[in-house]
Amino acid sequence: MPDATSGPAWERRLLLGLLLAPALLWLFALIVLPQIDLALLSFRERVAPREYVASLAQYRTFFAEPLYWHVFVRTAVMSLAATLATLLIAFPVAWTIAKLLRGRLSALLFVVCLIPFWVSETVRTLGWMILLRESGVLPALLAHLGVTAAPVELLYHDATILVGLVYTSLLFMVVPLVSSLESLDNSLIEAAYDLGGSGWSILREIVIPHAAPGITAGCIVVFMLMLGNYLTPTLLGGKSSQWFTEQIYTQFIVRFNWEQGAAFGFLLLALSTSMVWLGLKLSGQRFGDVMRRT
Amino acid sequence: MIPSLPRPLWLRTATTLYLVAFLVFLFLPLATVAVFAFNDAPYPAPPWHGFTLDWFLGNASRDRTGLFGDDELLASIWTSFLVACAVTALSVGVGTANAFLMERARFPGKGALSALMLVPLVLPGVILGISILAFASRIAEFVNDLFGLELEFLRPGLPLVVLGQFSYIAAIATLTISARLKRFDPTLEEAAYNLGASRGAVLRTITLPYLRPAMIGSAAIAFLMSFENFNTTLMLVGADPPLTIMMYGRMREGATPVLNAVSLFLMVASALLALTLMRKDGRRAA
Repeated sequence: MPDATSGPAWERRLLLGLLLAPALLWLFALIVLPQIDLALLSFRERVAPREYVASLAQYRTFFAEPLYWHVFVRTAVMSLAATLATLLIAFPVAWTIAKLLRGRLSALLFVVCLIPFWVSETVRTLGWMILLRESGVLPALLAHLGVTAAPVELLYHDATILVGLVYTSLLFMVVPLVSSLESLDNSLIEAAYDLGGSGWSILREIVIPHAAPGITAGCIVVFMLMLGNYLTPTLLGGKSSQWFTEQIYTQFIVRFNWEQGAAFGFLLLALSTSMVWLGLKLSGQRFGDVMRRT
Repeated sequence: MIPSLPRPLWLRTATTLYLVAFLVFLFLPLATVAVFAFNDAPYPAPPWHGFTLDWFLGNASRDRTGLFGDDELLASIWTSFLVACAVTALSVGVGTANAFLMERARFPGKGALSALMLVPLVLPGVILGISILAFASRIAEFVNDLFGLELEFLRPGLPLVVLGQFSYIAAIATLTISARLKRFDPTLEEAAYNLGASRGAVLRTITLPYLRPAMIGSAAIAFLMSFENFNTTLMLVGADPPLTIMMYGRMREGATPVLNAVSLFLMVASALLALTLMRKDGRRAA
Protein backbone atom coordinates (compact mmCIF):
# COMPACT_ATOMS: atom_id res chain seq x y z
CA MET A 1 0.00 0.00 0.00
CA PRO A 2 1.32 3.40 0.92
CA ASP A 3 3.41 3.25 -2.15
CA ALA A 4 2.11 6.69 -2.97
CA THR A 5 3.76 6.67 -6.38
CA SER A 6 1.44 4.19 -8.10
CA GLY A 7 -2.29 3.92 -8.72
CA PRO A 8 -4.72 6.53 -10.06
CA ALA A 9 -4.11 10.19 -9.25
CA TRP A 10 -7.08 10.68 -6.91
CA GLU A 11 -6.10 7.64 -4.92
CA ARG A 12 -2.57 8.89 -4.58
CA ARG A 13 -3.84 12.25 -3.36
CA LEU A 14 -6.16 10.66 -0.84
CA LEU A 15 -3.39 8.45 0.50
CA LEU A 16 -0.97 11.35 0.76
CA GLY A 17 -3.62 13.40 2.54
CA LEU A 18 -4.32 10.60 5.02
CA LEU A 19 -0.63 10.24 5.77
CA LEU A 20 -0.01 13.97 6.02
CA ALA A 21 -2.92 14.67 8.36
CA PRO A 22 -1.50 13.13 11.57
CA ALA A 23 1.95 14.62 10.96
CA LEU A 24 0.63 18.12 10.33
CA LEU A 25 -1.82 17.94 13.21
CA TRP A 26 0.94 16.83 15.58
CA LEU A 27 3.53 19.36 14.45
CA PHE A 28 1.25 22.36 14.09
CA ALA A 29 -1.21 21.90 16.95
CA LEU A 30 1.39 20.82 19.52
CA ILE A 31 4.66 22.40 18.39
CA VAL A 32 4.49 25.28 15.91
CA LEU A 33 1.34 27.11 17.01
CA PRO A 34 2.04 26.79 20.76
CA GLN A 35 5.54 28.19 20.23
CA ILE A 36 4.14 31.13 18.24
CA ASP A 37 1.54 31.66 20.94
CA LEU A 38 4.27 31.65 23.58
CA ALA A 39 6.19 34.30 21.62
CA LEU A 40 3.08 36.49 21.34
CA LEU A 41 2.40 36.01 25.04
CA SER A 42 5.90 37.15 25.95
CA PHE A 43 5.58 40.37 23.94
CA ARG A 44 2.43 41.71 25.58
CA GLU A 45 1.64 43.46 28.81
CA ARG A 46 -1.54 43.46 30.82
CA VAL A 47 -2.80 47.01 31.34
CA ALA A 48 -6.24 46.18 32.72
CA PRO A 49 -8.22 42.95 33.27
CA ARG A 50 -8.42 41.24 29.85
CA GLU A 51 -6.73 44.17 28.14
CA TYR A 52 -3.26 43.86 26.69
CA VAL A 53 -0.82 45.98 24.71
CA ALA A 54 2.27 44.94 22.81
CA SER A 55 5.35 45.66 24.86
CA LEU A 56 8.84 44.57 25.78
CA ALA A 57 8.12 44.95 29.49
CA GLN A 58 8.80 41.29 30.30
CA TYR A 59 12.22 41.39 28.70
CA ARG A 60 13.00 44.70 30.39
CA THR A 61 12.17 43.13 33.73
CA PHE A 62 14.58 40.31 32.99
CA PHE A 63 17.51 42.66 32.44
CA ALA A 64 16.51 45.17 35.12
CA GLU A 65 16.19 42.60 37.90
CA PRO A 66 19.67 41.20 38.68
CA LEU A 67 18.25 38.04 40.25
CA TYR A 68 16.74 36.92 36.97
CA TRP A 69 19.73 37.28 34.71
CA HIS A 70 22.11 36.07 37.42
CA VAL A 71 20.13 32.84 37.58
CA PHE A 72 20.12 32.66 33.79
CA VAL A 73 23.91 33.04 33.50
CA ARG A 74 24.45 30.69 36.41
CA THR A 75 22.30 28.00 34.79
CA ALA A 76 24.21 28.34 31.52
CA VAL A 77 27.67 28.25 33.13
CA MET A 78 26.88 25.32 35.39
CA SER A 79 25.33 23.36 32.52
CA LEU A 80 28.45 24.00 30.46
CA ALA A 81 30.76 22.89 33.28
CA ALA A 82 28.65 19.78 33.89
CA THR A 83 28.68 18.96 30.15
CA LEU A 84 32.50 19.09 30.05
CA ALA A 85 32.69 16.96 33.20
CA THR A 86 30.33 14.43 31.63
CA LEU A 87 32.51 14.26 28.52
CA LEU A 88 35.69 13.71 30.56
CA ILE A 89 34.08 11.02 32.72
CA ALA A 90 32.36 9.23 29.85
CA PHE A 91 35.26 9.18 27.40
CA PRO A 92 37.44 6.53 29.09
CA VAL A 93 34.38 4.33 29.57
CA ALA A 94 33.38 4.68 25.92
CA TRP A 95 36.97 3.94 24.93
CA THR A 96 36.98 0.78 27.03
CA ILE A 97 33.70 -0.40 25.52
CA ALA A 98 34.68 0.43 21.93
CA LYS A 99 38.38 -0.47 21.89
CA LEU A 100 39.68 -2.37 24.90
CA LEU A 101 37.05 -5.03 25.48
CA ARG A 102 35.97 -7.57 22.88
CA GLY A 103 32.73 -9.33 21.98
CA ARG A 104 30.50 -10.32 24.85
CA LEU A 105 32.44 -8.47 27.52
CA SER A 106 32.18 -5.20 25.64
CA ALA A 107 28.46 -5.70 25.02
CA LEU A 108 27.97 -6.56 28.70
CA LEU A 109 29.70 -3.41 29.95
CA PHE A 110 27.65 -1.35 27.51
CA VAL A 111 24.39 -2.83 28.80
CA VAL A 112 25.50 -2.40 32.41
CA CYS A 113 26.16 1.28 31.70
CA LEU A 114 22.67 1.66 30.25
CA ILE A 115 20.76 -0.05 33.08
CA PRO A 116 20.59 2.87 35.53
CA PHE A 117 19.00 5.01 32.85
CA TRP A 118 16.05 2.70 32.48
CA VAL A 119 15.13 3.78 35.98
CA SER A 120 13.28 7.04 36.50
CA GLU A 121 15.28 10.19 37.27
CA THR A 122 13.09 10.60 40.35
CA VAL A 123 14.37 7.31 41.76
CA ARG A 124 18.01 8.14 41.00
CA THR A 125 17.65 11.53 42.68
CA LEU A 126 16.06 9.88 45.71
CA GLY A 127 19.17 7.70 45.92
CA TRP A 128 21.48 10.71 45.91
CA MET A 129 19.37 12.40 48.58
CA ILE A 130 19.59 9.38 50.89
CA LEU A 131 23.33 9.18 50.25
CA LEU A 132 24.21 12.84 50.70
CA ARG A 133 21.90 14.52 53.20
CA GLU A 134 23.15 15.30 56.68
CA SER A 135 21.49 12.23 58.20
CA GLY A 136 22.45 10.20 55.13
CA VAL A 137 24.89 7.44 54.31
CA LEU A 138 28.04 9.26 53.19
CA PRO A 139 28.11 11.90 55.97
CA ALA A 140 27.64 9.10 58.51
CA LEU A 141 30.45 7.15 56.89
CA LEU A 142 32.78 10.17 56.83
CA ALA A 143 32.08 10.88 60.50
CA HIS A 144 32.60 7.22 61.35
CA LEU A 145 35.97 7.17 59.59
CA GLY A 146 36.95 10.34 61.41
CA VAL A 147 37.30 12.46 58.28
CA THR A 148 34.80 14.93 59.71
CA ALA A 149 34.06 15.40 63.40
CA ALA A 150 30.28 15.31 62.91
CA PRO A 151 28.08 14.44 59.90
CA VAL A 152 28.16 17.30 57.39
CA GLU A 153 25.45 18.36 54.97
CA LEU A 154 26.47 17.27 51.47
CA LEU A 155 23.19 18.26 49.83
CA TYR A 156 22.33 21.81 48.74
CA HIS A 157 25.76 22.72 47.35
CA ASP A 158 26.57 23.68 43.78
CA ALA A 159 28.86 20.67 43.57
CA THR A 160 25.94 18.43 44.51
CA ILE A 161 23.92 19.82 41.62
CA LEU A 162 26.85 19.18 39.27
CA VAL A 163 27.21 15.57 40.45
CA GLY A 164 23.48 15.00 39.99
CA LEU A 165 23.47 16.54 36.52
CA VAL A 166 26.51 14.57 35.37
CA TYR A 167 25.05 11.35 36.74
CA THR A 168 21.73 11.83 35.05
CA SER A 169 23.23 12.66 31.62
CA LEU A 170 26.05 10.09 31.32
CA LEU A 171 24.07 7.78 29.06
CA PHE A 172 23.53 10.48 26.46
CA MET A 173 27.28 10.98 26.26
CA VAL A 174 28.38 7.32 26.37
CA VAL A 175 26.13 6.14 23.53
CA PRO A 176 27.26 8.60 20.80
CA LEU A 177 30.90 8.32 21.93
CA VAL A 178 30.86 4.52 21.68
CA SER A 179 29.32 4.58 18.22
CA SER A 180 31.82 7.12 16.90
CA LEU A 181 34.82 5.34 18.47
CA GLU A 182 33.75 1.95 17.16
CA SER A 183 34.01 3.20 13.61
CA LEU A 184 37.64 4.24 14.14
CA ASP A 185 39.94 1.74 12.41
CA ASN A 186 42.47 0.27 14.85
CA SER A 187 45.12 0.12 12.16
CA LEU A 188 45.20 3.94 12.08
CA ILE A 189 46.18 3.95 15.74
CA GLU A 190 48.76 1.22 15.15
CA ALA A 191 50.22 3.12 12.22
CA ALA A 192 50.47 6.29 14.29
CA TYR A 193 52.17 4.33 17.04
CA ASP A 194 54.65 2.74 14.63
CA LEU A 195 55.50 6.17 13.31
CA GLY A 196 56.45 7.20 16.84
CA GLY A 197 53.28 8.93 17.99
CA SER A 198 52.88 9.20 21.75
CA GLY A 199 49.62 8.47 23.53
CA TRP A 200 48.78 12.17 23.68
CA SER A 201 49.53 12.97 20.09
CA ILE A 202 47.55 9.95 18.89
CA LEU A 203 44.61 11.07 21.00
CA ARG A 204 44.85 14.64 19.74
CA GLU A 205 45.53 13.99 16.07
CA ILE A 206 43.77 10.71 15.33
CA VAL A 207 41.15 9.84 17.92
CA ILE A 208 39.55 13.19 18.72
CA PRO A 209 39.21 14.34 15.09
CA HIS A 210 37.59 11.02 14.23
CA ALA A 211 35.26 11.07 17.22
CA ALA A 212 34.38 14.77 16.82
CA PRO A 213 30.86 14.09 15.45
CA GLY A 214 30.07 11.84 18.40
CA ILE A 215 31.56 14.30 20.87
CA THR A 216 29.51 17.16 19.42
CA ALA A 217 26.32 15.12 19.35
CA GLY A 218 26.80 14.03 22.96
CA CYS A 219 27.68 17.51 24.19
CA ILE A 220 24.74 19.16 22.44
CA VAL A 221 22.19 16.70 23.78
CA VAL A 222 23.65 16.68 27.29
CA PHE A 223 23.86 20.47 27.49
CA MET A 224 20.28 20.79 26.34
CA LEU A 225 19.03 18.27 28.86
CA MET A 226 20.89 19.97 31.71
CA LEU A 227 19.64 23.42 30.80
CA GLY A 228 16.06 22.16 30.78
CA ASN A 229 16.39 19.98 33.87
CA TYR A 230 14.14 20.84 36.80
CA LEU A 231 14.07 17.81 39.08
CA THR A 232 17.77 17.39 39.84
CA PRO A 233 18.66 21.04 40.60
CA THR A 234 15.57 21.66 42.74
CA LEU A 235 15.89 18.48 44.80
CA LEU A 236 19.68 18.34 45.16
CA GLY A 237 20.18 22.10 45.33
CA GLY A 238 17.16 22.89 47.50
CA LYS A 239 16.43 26.55 48.03
CA SER A 240 19.85 27.60 46.79
CA SER A 241 19.56 25.77 43.49
CA GLN A 242 18.57 28.90 41.52
CA TRP A 243 17.97 27.08 38.26
CA PHE A 244 16.30 28.96 35.42
CA THR A 245 13.58 26.38 34.81
CA GLU A 246 12.54 26.98 38.41
CA GLN A 247 12.01 30.67 37.62
CA ILE A 248 9.83 29.68 34.68
CA TYR A 249 7.80 27.38 36.91
CA THR A 250 7.44 30.07 39.57
CA GLN A 251 6.21 32.68 37.10
CA PHE A 252 3.90 30.34 35.24
CA ILE A 253 2.40 28.12 37.90
CA VAL A 254 2.95 29.83 41.25
CA ARG A 255 2.52 33.50 40.39
CA PHE A 256 0.32 32.93 37.36
CA ASN A 257 2.29 35.63 35.54
CA TRP A 258 2.18 33.93 32.15
CA GLU A 259 3.60 36.85 30.21
CA GLN A 260 6.75 36.89 32.33
CA GLY A 261 6.99 33.10 32.31
CA ALA A 262 6.66 33.05 28.52
CA ALA A 263 9.48 35.59 28.18
CA PHE A 264 11.71 33.46 30.44
CA GLY A 265 10.78 30.39 28.42
CA PHE A 266 11.79 32.17 25.26
CA LEU A 267 15.11 33.26 26.70
CA LEU A 268 15.88 29.67 27.71
CA LEU A 269 14.87 28.46 24.27
CA ALA A 270 17.09 31.09 22.64
CA LEU A 271 20.07 30.02 24.75
CA SER A 272 19.48 26.34 24.09
CA THR A 273 18.98 26.86 20.34
CA SER A 274 22.01 29.10 19.95
CA MET A 275 24.19 26.54 21.73
CA VAL A 276 22.94 23.78 19.45
CA TRP A 277 23.59 26.01 16.45
CA LEU A 278 27.07 26.94 17.69
CA GLY A 279 27.97 23.33 18.31
CA LEU A 280 26.86 22.35 14.81
CA LYS A 281 28.77 25.27 13.24
CA LEU A 282 31.96 24.52 15.13
CA SER A 283 31.94 20.90 14.08
CA GLY A 284 30.47 21.49 10.61
CA GLN A 285 27.63 19.00 11.04
CA ARG A 286 24.02 18.93 10.03
CA PHE A 287 21.24 18.94 12.59
CA GLY A 288 19.44 15.89 11.22
CA ASP A 289 22.58 13.75 11.31
CA VAL A 290 23.28 14.65 14.92
CA MET A 291 19.77 13.80 16.06
CA ARG A 292 19.81 10.49 14.24
CA ARG A 293 23.12 9.62 15.84
CA THR A 294 21.78 9.87 19.39
CA MET B 1 45.63 2.55 23.94
CA ILE B 2 44.33 -0.49 22.12
CA PRO B 3 45.13 -4.14 23.07
CA SER B 4 47.35 -4.75 20.02
CA LEU B 5 49.79 -2.12 21.29
CA PRO B 6 51.94 -2.45 24.41
CA ARG B 7 50.20 -0.98 27.42
CA PRO B 8 52.22 -0.28 30.55
CA LEU B 9 51.08 -1.92 33.75
CA TRP B 10 50.18 1.35 35.46
CA LEU B 11 47.84 2.23 32.61
CA ARG B 12 46.08 -1.11 32.73
CA THR B 13 45.69 -0.86 36.51
CA ALA B 14 44.43 2.69 36.27
CA THR B 15 41.88 1.70 33.61
CA THR B 16 40.54 -1.13 35.76
CA LEU B 17 40.34 1.04 38.86
CA TYR B 18 38.59 3.75 36.90
CA LEU B 19 36.02 1.31 35.58
CA VAL B 20 35.32 -0.04 39.04
CA ALA B 21 34.91 3.49 40.41
CA PHE B 22 32.62 4.36 37.51
CA LEU B 23 30.39 1.34 38.10
CA VAL B 24 30.19 2.12 41.82
CA PHE B 25 29.18 5.68 40.94
CA LEU B 26 26.51 4.33 38.58
CA PHE B 27 24.96 1.83 40.93
CA LEU B 28 25.46 3.35 44.36
CA PRO B 29 22.30 5.52 44.30
CA LEU B 30 20.15 2.65 43.02
CA ALA B 31 21.52 0.17 45.53
CA THR B 32 20.95 2.67 48.35
CA VAL B 33 17.34 3.18 47.36
CA ALA B 34 16.76 -0.57 47.23
CA VAL B 35 18.44 -1.34 50.56
CA PHE B 36 16.57 1.31 52.54
CA ALA B 37 13.23 -0.01 51.32
CA PHE B 38 13.77 -2.78 53.89
CA ASN B 39 15.12 -0.75 56.80
CA ASP B 40 13.03 -0.97 59.97
CA ALA B 41 13.04 2.79 60.64
CA PRO B 42 10.60 5.61 59.94
CA TYR B 43 13.05 7.46 57.67
CA PRO B 44 15.29 6.19 54.86
CA ALA B 45 18.55 6.95 56.69
CA PRO B 46 21.29 5.01 58.46
CA PRO B 47 21.90 3.29 60.81
CA TRP B 48 20.45 -0.08 59.90
CA HIS B 49 17.63 -1.08 62.27
CA GLY B 50 16.92 -4.52 60.90
CA PHE B 51 14.93 -6.02 58.06
CA THR B 52 11.23 -5.32 57.60
CA LEU B 53 8.57 -5.57 54.92
CA ASP B 54 6.49 -2.83 56.57
CA TRP B 55 7.16 -0.40 53.73
CA PHE B 56 5.53 -2.80 51.30
CA LEU B 57 2.81 -4.45 53.36
CA GLY B 58 2.17 -1.78 55.99
CA ASN B 59 1.95 -2.23 59.74
CA ALA B 60 -1.09 -0.67 61.40
CA SER B 61 0.18 -1.34 64.93
CA ARG B 62 3.25 0.83 64.31
CA ASP B 63 1.31 3.37 62.27
CA ARG B 64 3.17 2.54 59.07
CA THR B 65 1.60 2.70 55.63
CA GLY B 66 3.19 0.34 53.14
CA LEU B 67 3.14 0.64 49.38
CA PHE B 68 0.20 -1.74 48.98
CA GLY B 69 -1.86 0.21 51.54
CA ASP B 70 -0.96 3.68 50.27
CA ASP B 71 -4.02 4.51 48.16
CA GLU B 72 -2.64 7.86 47.01
CA LEU B 73 0.53 6.26 45.70
CA LEU B 74 -1.30 3.35 44.08
CA ALA B 75 -3.70 5.76 42.40
CA SER B 76 -0.76 7.72 40.97
CA ILE B 77 0.80 4.52 39.59
CA TRP B 78 -2.50 3.73 37.90
CA THR B 79 -2.67 7.29 36.49
CA SER B 80 0.87 6.97 35.12
CA PHE B 81 -0.05 3.64 33.58
CA LEU B 82 -3.12 5.03 31.82
CA VAL B 83 -1.23 8.06 30.54
CA ALA B 84 1.63 5.87 29.30
CA CYS B 85 -0.78 3.56 27.45
CA ALA B 86 -2.43 6.51 25.70
CA VAL B 87 0.91 8.13 24.81
CA THR B 88 2.28 4.81 23.51
CA ALA B 89 -0.72 4.12 21.29
CA LEU B 90 -0.71 7.65 19.87
CA SER B 91 3.06 7.80 19.35
CA VAL B 92 3.39 4.42 17.62
CA GLY B 93 0.35 5.11 15.43
CA VAL B 94 1.51 8.55 14.34
CA GLY B 95 5.13 7.37 14.12
CA THR B 96 4.18 4.57 11.73
CA ALA B 97 2.13 6.91 9.54
CA ASN B 98 5.05 9.37 9.53
CA ALA B 99 7.48 6.62 8.52
CA PHE B 100 5.38 5.82 5.43
CA LEU B 101 5.00 9.52 4.72
CA MET B 102 8.73 10.23 4.86
CA GLU B 103 9.97 7.06 3.17
CA ARG B 104 7.31 6.42 0.54
CA ALA B 105 5.54 9.64 -0.40
CA ARG B 106 6.75 12.54 -2.51
CA PHE B 107 5.35 15.99 -1.92
CA PRO B 108 6.56 19.61 -1.92
CA GLY B 109 8.05 20.75 1.38
CA LYS B 110 9.11 17.27 2.43
CA GLY B 111 12.59 18.40 3.46
CA ALA B 112 11.17 21.13 5.68
CA LEU B 113 8.69 18.74 7.26
CA SER B 114 11.43 16.22 7.93
CA ALA B 115 13.48 18.89 9.74
CA LEU B 116 10.40 20.06 11.65
CA MET B 117 9.87 16.54 12.96
CA LEU B 118 13.19 16.77 14.82
CA VAL B 119 12.35 20.08 16.50
CA PRO B 120 10.42 18.53 19.45
CA LEU B 121 13.65 16.79 20.46
CA VAL B 122 15.55 20.04 20.96
CA LEU B 123 12.82 21.91 22.83
CA PRO B 124 13.35 21.74 26.59
CA GLY B 125 10.51 19.78 28.20
CA VAL B 126 9.55 22.69 30.44
CA ILE B 127 9.01 24.90 27.39
CA LEU B 128 6.97 22.24 25.60
CA GLY B 129 4.83 22.12 28.73
CA ILE B 130 4.22 25.84 29.16
CA SER B 131 3.63 26.46 25.45
CA ILE B 132 1.01 23.72 25.23
CA LEU B 133 -0.57 24.93 28.47
CA ALA B 134 -0.81 28.51 27.19
CA PHE B 135 -2.06 27.52 23.74
CA ALA B 136 -4.72 25.15 25.10
CA SER B 137 -5.95 27.81 27.50
CA ARG B 138 -6.17 30.34 24.70
CA ILE B 139 -8.31 27.98 22.64
CA ALA B 140 -10.47 27.16 25.65
CA GLU B 141 -11.02 30.84 26.32
CA PHE B 142 -11.75 31.55 22.69
CA VAL B 143 -14.37 28.79 22.54
CA ASN B 144 -15.81 29.97 25.83
CA ASP B 145 -16.15 33.58 24.62
CA LEU B 146 -17.59 32.56 21.29
CA PHE B 147 -19.96 29.72 22.13
CA GLY B 148 -20.14 29.79 25.90
CA LEU B 149 -18.76 26.23 25.99
CA GLU B 150 -16.36 25.13 28.69
CA LEU B 151 -13.88 22.64 27.18
CA GLU B 152 -12.66 20.88 30.29
CA PHE B 153 -9.99 18.80 28.51
CA LEU B 154 -8.05 21.92 27.52
CA ARG B 155 -7.48 22.85 31.16
CA PRO B 156 -4.52 21.36 33.09
CA GLY B 157 -5.20 17.65 33.53
CA LEU B 158 -4.50 14.24 32.11
CA PRO B 159 -5.57 14.92 28.48
CA LEU B 160 -3.04 17.75 28.31
CA VAL B 161 -0.39 15.61 29.99
CA VAL B 162 -0.92 12.96 27.30
CA LEU B 163 -0.67 15.56 24.52
CA GLY B 164 2.41 17.15 26.05
CA GLN B 165 4.30 13.86 26.34
CA PHE B 166 3.11 12.70 22.93
CA SER B 167 4.42 15.89 21.32
CA TYR B 168 8.06 14.80 21.67
CA ILE B 169 7.77 11.01 22.11
CA ALA B 170 6.13 10.88 18.66
CA ALA B 171 9.38 12.26 17.21
CA ILE B 172 11.36 9.39 18.73
CA ALA B 173 8.88 6.80 17.44
CA THR B 174 9.03 8.39 13.99
CA LEU B 175 12.84 8.16 13.88
CA THR B 176 12.92 4.53 15.03
CA ILE B 177 10.21 3.25 12.67
CA SER B 178 11.46 5.29 9.68
CA ALA B 179 14.97 3.88 10.14
CA ARG B 180 13.63 0.35 9.74
CA LEU B 181 11.31 1.16 6.84
CA LYS B 182 14.29 2.73 5.04
CA ARG B 183 16.07 -0.65 5.06
CA PHE B 184 13.05 -2.48 3.65
CA ASP B 185 13.65 -4.34 0.39
CA PRO B 186 10.90 -3.06 -1.97
CA THR B 187 11.23 -6.12 -4.24
CA LEU B 188 9.38 -8.08 -1.54
CA GLU B 189 6.33 -5.88 -2.07
CA GLU B 190 6.71 -5.99 -5.84
CA ALA B 191 6.76 -9.77 -5.77
CA ALA B 192 3.53 -9.80 -3.76
CA TYR B 193 1.86 -7.38 -6.19
CA ASN B 194 2.99 -9.52 -9.13
CA LEU B 195 1.41 -12.49 -7.46
CA GLY B 196 -1.87 -10.58 -7.41
CA ALA B 197 -2.02 -9.34 -3.82
CA SER B 198 -4.07 -6.23 -3.05
CA ARG B 199 -2.57 -3.19 -1.34
CA GLY B 200 -4.23 -4.09 1.93
CA ALA B 201 -2.96 -7.66 1.78
CA VAL B 202 0.60 -6.55 1.05
CA LEU B 203 0.55 -4.10 3.94
CA ARG B 204 -0.90 -6.68 6.32
CA THR B 205 1.25 -9.66 5.36
CA ILE B 206 4.55 -8.11 4.20
CA THR B 207 5.23 -4.55 5.27
CA LEU B 208 3.73 -4.35 8.76
CA PRO B 209 5.21 -7.68 9.92
CA TYR B 210 8.58 -6.38 8.73
CA LEU B 211 8.08 -3.19 10.76
CA ARG B 212 6.86 -5.00 13.86
CA PRO B 213 10.18 -5.14 15.76
CA ALA B 214 10.64 -1.39 15.35
CA MET B 215 7.04 -0.79 16.40
CA ILE B 216 7.40 -2.95 19.52
CA GLY B 217 10.73 -1.36 20.37
CA SER B 218 9.41 2.17 20.03
CA ALA B 219 6.28 1.22 21.99
CA ALA B 220 8.46 0.08 24.90
CA ILE B 221 10.56 3.24 24.74
CA ALA B 222 7.46 5.42 24.48
CA PHE B 223 5.87 3.70 27.50
CA LEU B 224 9.01 4.09 29.57
CA MET B 225 9.59 7.73 28.61
CA SER B 226 5.99 8.59 29.35
CA PHE B 227 6.03 6.78 32.69
CA GLU B 228 9.19 8.62 33.72
CA ASN B 229 8.45 12.02 32.24
CA PHE B 230 8.67 14.84 34.72
CA ASN B 231 9.38 18.24 33.12
CA THR B 232 6.50 18.45 30.67
CA THR B 233 4.07 16.73 33.02
CA LEU B 234 4.84 19.16 35.86
CA MET B 235 3.54 22.07 33.80
CA LEU B 236 0.37 20.37 32.57
CA VAL B 237 -0.75 18.33 35.56
CA GLY B 238 -4.16 18.91 37.11
CA ALA B 239 -5.83 17.29 40.09
CA ASP B 240 -4.57 13.71 39.66
CA PRO B 241 -0.79 13.55 39.69
CA PRO B 242 1.10 10.74 37.92
CA LEU B 243 3.71 8.85 39.93
CA THR B 244 6.76 11.04 39.21
CA ILE B 245 4.92 14.19 40.28
CA MET B 246 3.58 12.48 43.40
CA MET B 247 7.05 11.23 44.35
CA TYR B 248 8.56 14.67 43.76
CA GLY B 249 6.04 16.26 46.09
CA ARG B 250 6.76 13.75 48.82
CA MET B 251 10.53 13.94 48.39
CA ARG B 252 10.43 17.67 49.10
CA GLU B 253 8.63 17.00 52.37
CA GLY B 254 10.95 14.21 53.48
CA ALA B 255 9.05 10.98 53.01
CA THR B 256 9.01 7.56 54.67
CA PRO B 257 10.73 4.55 53.04
CA VAL B 258 7.48 3.83 51.22
CA LEU B 259 9.06 5.86 48.42
CA ASN B 260 11.98 3.43 48.41
CA ALA B 261 9.49 0.60 48.13
CA VAL B 262 7.77 2.13 45.12
CA SER B 263 11.18 2.91 43.59
CA LEU B 264 12.26 -0.69 43.97
CA PHE B 265 9.04 -1.72 42.27
CA LEU B 266 9.89 0.66 39.38
CA MET B 267 13.44 -0.69 39.12
CA VAL B 268 12.24 -4.28 38.90
CA ALA B 269 9.60 -3.33 36.33
CA SER B 270 12.07 -1.47 34.07
CA ALA B 271 14.65 -4.23 34.42
CA LEU B 272 12.06 -6.80 33.32
CA LEU B 273 11.05 -4.63 30.38
CA ALA B 274 14.70 -4.17 29.35
CA LEU B 275 15.48 -7.87 29.66
CA THR B 276 12.44 -8.90 27.62
CA LEU B 277 13.40 -6.51 24.85
CA MET B 278 17.03 -7.62 24.84
CA ARG B 279 16.07 -11.29 24.68
CA LYS B 280 13.83 -10.52 21.73
CA ASP B 281 16.71 -8.66 20.04
CA GLY B 282 19.07 -11.53 20.77
CA ARG B 283 16.74 -14.12 19.25
CA ARG B 284 16.30 -12.06 16.13
CA ALA B 285 20.05 -11.66 15.71
CA ALA B 286 20.67 -15.38 16.20
